Amino acid sequence: MTDSKYFTTTKKGEIFELKAELNSDKKEKKKEAVKKVIASMTVGKDVSALFPDVVNCMQTDNLELKKLVYLYLMNYAKSQPDMAIMAVNTFVKDCEDPNPLIRALAVRTMGCIRVDKITEYLCEPLRKCLKDEDPYVRKTAAVCVAKLHDINAQLVEDQGFLDTLKDLISDSNPMVVANAVAALSEIAESHPNSNLLDLNPQTINKLLTALNECTEWGQIFILDCLANYTPRDDRESQSICERVTPRLSHANSAVVLSAVKVLMKFMEMLPKDLDYYGTLLKKLAPPLVTLLSAEPELQYVALRNINLIVQRRPEILKHEMKVFFVKYNDPIYVKLEKLDIMIRLASQANIAQVLAELKEYATEVDVDFVRKAVRAIGRCAIKVEQSAERCVSTLLDLIQTKVNYVVQEAIVVIKDIFRKYPNKYESVIATLCENLDSLDEPEARAAMIWIVGEYAERIDNADELLESFLEGFHDESTQVQLQLLTAIVKLFLKKPTETQELVQQVLSLATQDSDNPDLRDRGYIYWRLLSTDPVAAKEVVLAEKPLISEETDLIEPTLLEELICHIGTLASVYHKPPSAFVEGSRGVQHKRLPGSAGSGDSVDSPDTASAAGVSEAPPAVIPSQGDLLGDLLNLDLTPPTATGPPPAPSSGLQMGAMDLLGGGLDSLLGGDLGGSPALGAGFGAPPAAMPASFNAPVSGGLDDLFDLGGGVGMPMGSYSPPKTVWLPAMKAKGLEISGTFARRAGVIQMEMTLTNKAMSVMTDFAIQFNRNSFGLAPAGPLQILTPLSPNQSIEAALPLSTVGPVMKMEPLTNLQVAVKNNIDVFYFSCQYPISMLFVEDGKMERQVFLATWKDIPNDNESQFQIKDCHLNSDAASNKLQGSNVFTIAKRTVEGQDMLYQSMKLTNGIWVLAELRVQTGNPNYTVSLKCRAPEVSQCVFQSYEAMLKN
Amino acid sequence: MSASAIFVLDLKGKVLICRNYKGDVDMAEIDHFLPLLMQHEEEGLLCPVLSHGSVHFLWIKHSNLYLVATTNKNSNASLVYSFLYKLVEVFTEYFKELEEESIQDNFVVVYELLDELMDFGFPQTTDSKILQEYITQEGAKLEVAKSKVPTTVTNAVSWRSEGIKYKKNEVFIDVIESINVLVKPLIWIESVIEKFSHSRVEIMVKAKGQFKKQSVANNVEVRVPVPSDADSPKFKTSTGSAKYVPEKNLVVWTIKSFPVRYMKIIEKSGYQALPWVRYITQSGDYQLRTNV
Repeated sequence: MTDSKYFTTTKKGEIFELKAELNSDKKEKKKEAVKKVIASMTVGKDVSALFPDVVNCMQTDNLELKKLVYLYLMNYAKSQPDMAIMAVNTFVKDCEDPNPLIRALAVRTMGCIRVDKITEYLCEPLRKCLKDEDPYVRKTAAVCVAKLHDINAQLVEDQGFLDTLKDLISDSNPMVVANAVAALSEIAESHPNSNLLDLNPQTINKLLTALNECTEWGQIFILDCLANYTPRDDRESQSICERVTPRLSHANSAVVLSAVKVLMKFMEMLPKDLDYYGTLLKKLAPPLVTLLSAEPELQYVALRNINLIVQRRPEILKHEMKVFFVKYNDPIYVKLEKLDIMIRLASQANIAQVLAELKEYATEVDVDFVRKAVRAIGRCAIKVEQSAERCVSTLLDLIQTKVNYVVQEAIVVIKDIFRKYPNKYESVIATLCENLDSLDEPEARAAMIWIVGEYAERIDNADELLESFLEGFHDESTQVQLQLLTAIVKLFLKKPTETQELVQQVLSLATQDSDNPDLRDRGYIYWRLLSTDPVAAKEVVLAEKPLISEETDLIEPTLLEELICHIGTLASVYHKPPSAFVEGSRGVQHKRLPGSAGSGDSVDSPDTASAAGVSEAPPAVIPSQGDLLGDLLNLDLTPPTATGPPPAPSSGLQMGAMDLLGGGLDSLLGGDLGGSPALGAGFGAPPAAMPASFNAPVSGGLDDLFDLGGGVGMPMGSYSPPKTVWLPAMKAKGLEISGTFARRAGVIQMEMTLTNKAMSVMTDFAIQFNRNSFGLAPAGPLQILTPLSPNQSIEAALPLSTVGPVMKMEPLTNLQVAVKNNIDVFYFSCQYPISMLFVEDGKMERQVFLATWKDIPNDNESQFQIKDCHLNSDAASNKLQGSNVFTIAKRTVEGQDMLYQSMKLTNGIWVLAELRVQTGNPNYTVSLKCRAPEVSQCVFQSYEAMLKN
Repeated sequence: MSASAIFVLDLKGKVLICRNYKGDVDMAEIDHFLPLLMQHEEEGLLCPVLSHGSVHFLWIKHSNLYLVATTNKNSNASLVYSFLYKLVEVFTEYFKELEEESIQDNFVVVYELLDELMDFGFPQTTDSKILQEYITQEGAKLEVAKSKVPTTVTNAVSWRSEGIKYKKNEVFIDVIESINVLVKPLIWIESVIEKFSHSRVEIMVKAKGQFKKQSVANNVEVRVPVPSDADSPKFKTSTGSAKYVPEKNLVVWTIKSFPVRYMKIIEKSGYQALPWVRYITQSGDYQLRTNV
């Protein structure tokens, strides 16, 4: 008769019946009833209602019945805490039972009942059991301390159980020692700073003695605990290693791995020239190899760990390549791990064998495995230079199989091989090209395109090949699109005469028709590069690329050290530190290898130094290019709220990124629009000249063709410079904007004339600025209320504030503007005279002026000549005053008038000037002193403009 | 340190029996196990460790059961797998076969064993010889046997009860070697497929033995997959006979005797026979793969 009969009673009123049976007088009936209750519990039925009745059965001398009742209690006590008290007395009594099995059972079960009220009663029985005469009871009590600590840590400390537990490390019975160690380790893990496992040579000795005598599991507890110890010197390290080494031959894989962990860690402390060091290295190989005959899951754990060990100490397994050869009946996770290790162990000595294996694997049935095998061949080629040729020919053989995914994988790795050995294996390109049509995976397509672009000059029909990909450009994935863009630009630079249309096509596809910012940016950059300086473009795009490194996916050294300390654990399986996947372990100190702790520090110091260096550098406010375009393109008209800090004059911001888009963006767009049919319609004019003039020889300068001059060369204005054309109608689908800046009654204004030179009505105007040096921003929306009819002009004055976001521009007074209407968004850039920014309260006190002048270092002084100015000093002073340049003092020395002047910019920067005017000499000399010398040039230009107008 | 709880599940993921050792992982988490497993299997990423949020499942499969350990700590994974396999070993010793039925038939003992094998996630005594000294399936026997703890439970040499004496002191060692190989096809199959019109396909299959003529393979079956809508098959064979098996979409060509031989393993080293040591070489799996 089996227990399964207990599962069959499922009729109604069952609980009621069970209740009756539980209270039966007959022992046998009671036991049967309890079994039925447990059976119900097992299948997930709620039998908690029977709690009092089951507890009543607890007092029995039948051990089997008692165990069942205890089991019931463990499951339901938490939901019935008050009634659980009923069980306490029996527990306490059982802890004093003459039968040690019952004493141990009671103390074990009590610890599992996680009810506060019960834990109080647990203390006394536990104290007794910890000192029990029977080791079976003591070892159970040791674990119970850890259980109790988990429920109520304070109670355990107050009761002194931790000390008793520490004493058990010296117990005569090895099992008791092992469980005490396990319990202490467990408690220490949840209280990392408790210093509970106060390991010293004496305790270590006790542990090592117990190690030889306890069960396999006890050995693991002890080894894992030992691994946390740091020996005082290499001699102690060696003596521990000697005593741990025999564990390497244990049949249990977990014992072996824990022993390996201890040895790998303590080995760090041994001098490399020590004979024992070499002996130990040799001893580590066989047990690691033996792990590969364990069950597949254990093999998997072993392989993940071997992967770490091989990275840390490649010498251990360098001759053991064969054991990592894949068996056809290995589970896939074992196969993949073995492949990884094979590559790590591949060397010139064994490469032939490895390649032969890999080639076999490539004909296996499991697709993922085959792919990885093909990839492995590529990695071998990169790692072992002498084998590269053989690898390439193996890959070619595989391509001949025409198995689709094999071909694609092979092409991906051949690309990497080209990156490692450029210009060495181009002979295979022809074969690759034959398989162009079969490539349907993005990675393979991208790789193939890269190869065609890279070797375009050697592939006669490179343009045809690339063009064939271009047809479905928008259906390709991003990596293919990016690769195609780059490849075509490369092709163009290599064979400019035949491929102009192609490059034009891809540039417009990338910049106009794509929503992908990466693609668009790359497109713009290429376009700009090609249009400004084809020579530079060649240097950039066809630059010699750094070779790819030999070893891939190496684990970062500090992480590797930490993982070595966690051999055998989940961390070593995941290759992640425990803090990455264990909750509440963030504060826990990362484990490190002992010997390397010192060297680690020395590694740290340059890091700290460079970190300090970084912190000294100016806070970087350079937005990424993406931000910039985003800003320009994002034309919602919320008023700028950010009150940016004034530009830090000494911050030395980089202008590189700006340059790409500064003058270029609008011109690029303009030039580009010229060719688009949309404009043709809106404009009533034939498409502009670009595509036609594209036929001009490249040496003639693409910049001409792209009409670069547009936005950059705006003439420098005077106080109120005359309006100039900022945005030609050509570039803005018929919208022409000319404008100027003025400061009126302390308010900076942008004054514009908008002219509609298109055929259709323009409405919905809006304007936005990119970040700029002085935080200029529209103080309100652009007020153009009536629609702008064709051929109509409208004046608009836009008041500006200086509280917008700040970013230093080059030139300093450059302003990038986006204007939107119902047709499109247009971009242009213009420059404002810096005198717009001179504020009304810019007159400095004399004393302050003198002190400031002295205070500013002479390096910050710059001198300029203003020629052909025919004003006398008073007229000049008056004229300048109108623009908020204030004369503070005037001195005449030997017929030369010296005017001392001050002005203050909107962001609070003071500029001090000395203007020397000699009667009869039309050439003035201006000396400018400012704490932010980069404004001097602009101020000087303003002086000239102000004085001459 | 190791497992928070141990579960035995059937193939559908239903919990047959479980034991919560530490209480730090919600027992309901096990419901995620099978869906997770299936998902990984579908993606071809099957792995002995699966994780769901902060819970990690370490599992093995035995006949129609999954044995799963849960944890939310950085557990000793090799210890957990060793323990799960030990569990299988112990249960098998107790119940002969470990499968769904034997778990149900013996749930009381299973609970008892789970209680004895592991405490608070720490594996304890797992030697079934010793366990059988104080945990038995026969309730009646218990009363006597269980009155004291067998000394071996806490002994240094756990696998050997005390007081065993032999007349002669002898040791026998079996060296068992098992060979699993994937061999090159011993029968080479070539096929030529010709399409004639919209409705007719002709498949010519050639089989070639790769070995000497005197060796023979019996009952060779060559299976030729055909489209599911194939009908009116016509065969012509030079040897053996072919028949259409529509339910499997196959044409099976059976050849009674074919000149091929099986792989023979010859121990070349000529090892020296030692007394008490026996070498046993088992033929493991052979798998033949052909390109068709």
